[in-house]
Amino acid sequence: MVELVVGNANLAKSDGDVIMIEYQNIFTQVQVRGPAEMGVDNENNMMSERIGTPGFSNLAGWLGNAQLGPVYLGWTGVISLATGLLWFNIVGLNMLAQVGWSIPEFLRQFFWLALEPPGPEWGLRMPPLDQGGWYLISSLFLLVSVCTWWLRTYLLAQQHKMGKHVAWAFASAIWLFLVLGLFRPVLMGSWSEAVPYGIFPHLDWTTAFSIRYGNLYYNPFHALSIVFLYGSVLLFAMHGATILAVTRFGGDRELEQIYDRGTASERAALFWRWTMGFNATMEGIHRWAWWFAVLTPITGGIGILLTGTVVDNWFIWAQEHYFAPMYDGSYGYENYGSYESFIGQED
Amino acid sequence: MLPSWFNRWNEENPTNVYGPAILIGALGGAVFLAIMVVVFGQPAATSSLQTGPRGQGMSVTEFNSDLATPDPDIELVYENEPYVPDGSEALAKDIYQNVQVLGDLTEDNFDRLMGAMTEWIAPEEGCAYCHGDGDVETYGEDALYTKVVARRMIQMTQNINENWSGHVNANKEVGVTCFTCHRGQHVPSEIWFNIVPVNEASAGWSANQNRATVLSQSTSLPSDALEKYLLGYETIGVHDYESRVANEPGDPLIQNAERTYSLMNYFSNSLGRNCVLCHNTRAFYDAEQVTPQWGTASLGIGMVQEMNNDYLVPLQDVYPETRLGPVHGDAPKAACKTCHKGYQQPLQGTNVIKDWPELATTGAPVYE
Repeated sequence: MVELVVGNANLAKSDGDVIMIEYQNIFTQVQVRGPAEMGVDNENNMMSERIGTPGFSNLAGWLGNAQLGPVYLGWTGVISLATGLLWFNIVGLNMLAQVGWSIPEFLRQFFWLALEPPGPEWGLRMPPLDQGGWYLISSLFLLVSVCTWWLRTYLLAQQHKMGKHVAWAFASAIWLFLVLGLFRPVLMGSWSEAVPYGIFPHLDWTTAFSIRYGNLYYNPFHALSIVFLYGSVLLFAMHGATILAVTRFGGDRELEQIYDRGTASERAALFWRWTMGFNATMEGIHRWAWWFAVLTPITGGIGILLTGTVVDNWFIWAQEHYFAPMYDGSYGYENYGSYESFIGQED
Repeated sequence: MLPSWFNRWNEENPTNVYGPAILIGALGGAVFLAIMVVVFGQPAATSSLQTGPRGQGMSVTEFNSDLATPDPDIELVYENEPYVPDGSEALAKDIYQNVQVLGDLTEDNFDRLMGAMTEWIAPEEGCAYCHGDGDVETYGEDALYTKVVARRMIQMTQNINENWSGHVNANKEVGVTCFTCHRGQHVPSEIWFNIVPVNEASAGWSANQNRATVLSQSTSLPSDALEKYLLGYETIGVHDYESRVANEPGDPLIQNAERTYSLMNYFSNSLGRNCVLCHNTRAFYDAEQVTPQWGTASLGIGMVQEMNNDYLVPLQDVYPETRLGPVHGDAPKAACKTCHKGYQQPLQGTNVIKDWPELATTGAPVYE
């Protein structure tokens, strides 16, 4: 029983002279539907820990797989969701309390509101709840939540007899998270170094952090992190475009193409080799993408951890290491033109 | 409606007109716009004032239309040339009762200045705003708070022009009069009051920020920057001046950086300028990379601290309750925006002091 849901009537144009270019559309236009896929009922008894009756959603199908559920929860999932929800509620209720429990004011000021870490006068001690105590308590819950979610990615991969690539990639993000909220504050001797939980306030923190330490752009690890971040974007665009471009030759079946290279792989490889003299392989491009993504928070975390602990002014550090130029002081102010001439009031 | 041969021809010649139409329309529109811009010029043309060495991106940019429009308040600057005394005239302190300031003025000049002050501060009420509705004989009384405040404000104005000439006459003679702040209003616009804590159910560092307020310039930065830096004397210090230093108690923290950022944001909005009017933003702290305006602004910080602490805050008990702050009942205070009102120089650098030597000095006025 296979049902085809076709979103667009002119999926294939029979006239012959106009070719529909399917992948100009970001949505999957053809949804193939069979009975719900329940997964393998193996000796680990995974089936007993999966919950929810699977359903189908056209909307989900446009973006990915139309099947929703079942979900494997497990003890890690339960702990992670419970502690994560606690963190979420502590932050939200603190924000609500700050505006006097006024829902309209909460909505109006939401992007401005935050749960702030303790002030610098508290060091690594536990402050009263209204001066950062809630922040520390909620942070503990967030730490448990994130770490059990990591364990979940590890254990699920193990049960599926997969590699642990997802878990280690997630761990690189957790490294940056731990540097910002745990390792660096402890090394600096004050919880006040941690990042506030709020939309604009965490951006204020980011700017202030950069300015306080003499401009973070001169931190070489910050520079490396940007290289890997932008590199990830570039690789993602190149790889996504390449696969979509050879899908008409079966290139979207990437795994088959890895062990049995077909014309899709050949064309993709020739395209890049003839374009720039070098090409990745069907399997190797995924290692490129994984390392670029993983190195973004790893290098970024190193840069943050060194800031204020080892280096206190990155601009001066950069000048000392011939990374930023010095001026000779000849500013030439006399040539700049005056305020009076700028506003058109020069006599 | 259309002739039948046309409809028939259309049916026999089906053509997808939508694809090429969109493409040709988009391309044609872009080409048309490009030609229009080249022929008629940029519709929102800008000019910029260079503020730093080439290649640094240090410049102040404004729309030409804004530059072509002078500050409308310049029209309202009241001019009235002083009477140069010959030395034989009787002085105000001998003619009038209870003249504690401006006593060394001749009667002509004293009345001239009094008239100007009504233009500047109370054009509707005139003399009565400070002196009451009584006869001229009662003008010596200090019955109204407005008169007591006005006397102190005259002293403040004289002090600014004399002792803070480096700020108010930084590039040329500009000076300040009552009008610089008041602009025809009893209470100047852009005064400020203490408002922290701004958050309920919190204290300390959590309670002074993360709300869109007038004092945070609608950002989530701390709302106590003016209170700490322009009323208190907290050091504006954010950086370490060596690449690697030992951390000591009292070193600047991220919190100091955030509060300073709030203050600098206030400076920017007060002057309608950006960071690079004063700083090379790649190294905010570096005194060798700042512009001459940085020095003028630094003097301004000291001037505002003195205005608030020596003149404005001590008037606390003179004011009626309606003039005091909404949260803490504190006296109104001044800062950059009270005079500048969004312009790099108040009234775009118009020389307001030239007719008022009486306000230019704390001593006897010098007429020329």
